[in-house]
Amino acid sequence: MSTVVSQVEVPAGVSLPIYMDNHATSPLDPRVLEAMMPYFTSKFGNAASRNHSFGWEAEQAVETAREQIAKLIGATAKEIIFTSGATESNNLAIKGIAEMYRERGNHIITQVTEHKAVLDTCKRLEKYGYRVTYLPVKADGLIDLEDLKRAMDDKTILVSIMAANNEIGVLQPIREIGKLCHEKGVIFHTDAVQAVGKIPVNVMADNIDVLSLSGHKIYGPKGVGALYVRRRNPRVQIAAQIDGGGHERGMRSGTLNVPGIVGLGKACEIAYQEMDSEAAYLRGLRDRLREKLESALDYVQVNGSWEHRLPGNLNMSFVYVEGESLLMGINDVAVSSGSACTSATLEPSYVLKALGLGDDVAHSSIRFGLGRFNTQAEVDYVAAKVIDIVKKLRELSPLYEMVKEGIDLTKIQWAAH
Amino acid sequence: MAYSDRVIDHYNNPRNVGTLDKASTEVGTGLVGAPECGDVMRLQIRVNPETQVIEEAKFKTFGCGSAIASSSLATEWIKGRTVEDALGIKNTDIVKELSLPPVKIHCSVLAEDAIRAAIGDWKKKNSVAETAPAAVHTAQ
Repeated sequence: MSTVVSQVEVPAGVSLPIYMDNHATSPLDPRVLEAMMPYFTSKFGNAASRNHSFGWEAEQAVETAREQIAKLIGATAKEIIFTSGATESNNLAIKGIAEMYRERGNHIITQVTEHKAVLDTCKRLEKYGYRVTYLPVKADGLIDLEDLKRAMDDKTILVSIMAANNEIGVLQPIREIGKLCHEKGVIFHTDAVQAVGKIPVNVMADNIDVLSLSGHKIYGPKGVGALYVRRRNPRVQIAAQIDGGGHERGMRSGTLNVPGIVGLGKACEIAYQEMDSEAAYLRGLRDRLREKLESALDYVQVNGSWEHRLPGNLNMSFVYVEGESLLMGINDVAVSSGSACTSATLEPSYVLKALGLGDDVAHSSIRFGLGRFNTQAEVDYVAAKVIDIVKKLRELSPLYEMVKEGIDLTKIQWAAH
Repeated sequence: MAYSDRVIDHYNNPRNVGTLDKASTEVGTGLVGAPECGDVMRLQIRVNPETQVIEEAKFKTFGCGSAIASSSLATEWIKGRTVEDALGIKNTDIVKELSLPPVKIHCSVLAEDAIRAAIGDWKKKNSVAETAPAAVHTAQ
């Protein structure tokens, strides 16, 4: 009887399940937790309380975090606005700029592989009379700067292009995009959630006007993020989307999440100190994983540019094996898939489709998101396990059998259902 | 999502995986689904020409765990039945047996289609008149 159960041995020092989905979220660094703890207990003050020591203590902690975040991205502390996370940061940036600059124009440019927090925000603005251009991407996942140039017109007020993609880890040429925007007097916003703390991002050198970042992608806590808003050359103004007590220079009302903010600050401080060595380490793990998979399996492909890519990202399609069934076979390893069966919409990944991949290849994709706490032994185990299960599922795959027999699958009249 | 124990059992130990000689007149082949949709099932039967009993059933499936389980279960159920009897298997029976959630019902539909397609192919080869309306998908 055939079986899909894996017999791969678990090496010493590896405990299951293994977490390798660090683009979704990352574990809290113990150093971050340590920094946060007092702000849950004894230091519980409201940072907006101006007339007692509890408030001053909290405010001081918030200001320290502002400095730590600013330092990581080359900004000044006054340019950091705290939010509940990157979804809010993206909403605030895009809606806030659209509202503030409405008289200047109504045209926004973004691109098709953005996160839904950007795409759906833009879609909503279309209902209110804004015009949005969604730039295509090339087969490697990068936008064409010529497309961007052509899309700009005298009504363009904002360009929003992500720094690094959450599925394929592809890095957009943000420095060049920012330069182009500044030449045309257009505001440049970047969703840098996946990039900050992983690769060098500097708002001055990279010509960024507004930038979204999040705590939980960089070993900080969930429920906290920040928006960088440039104050000089040019000074960017944002209309508040949440009204209230006028916190955060009026741009984002609401009592500050002090423990979360302290954690975000600490996470940024650690990233600033360790980014270079960590990137080299993750690149080593990622390359090792790719080599092992490619040397043992046929019909595999890396999705998206290999050169312009986050150090910890490997997105691969194991053609003729459906992604969800592969995840089921490697159920002691946490990764994600672009397969329709794993998504809420029951559609395969729109990011992979935007690269021009067929739905069948998108259905077969797995995203490995390596992070700070992954080890080489884990990579070796994951590789062995994936190889084992892919081979077993291909024994079960009519498509693999047909291809091996030399049948051209594209010539078959498939019965759609 | 959480899978039922029955789905996990069929996924871990799929029954009747394999290939029959599709050129044989005793063999009917059903190939349903499409790679773009993320699931393709191939179900084959070997029918005894005297008794019209399905003596052997084999499958291969590209698809999620529920699709693999649905086709594995289908082969188990049709083995030993007559062709006409096998046509009585409904996708809802598969849903019930595997406790499939609503988003996975299409897997059971595909398995029912695969049974009908395999039987349809066998009938065509053997010039047996269609008695039940079946969606016939002919393999290449």
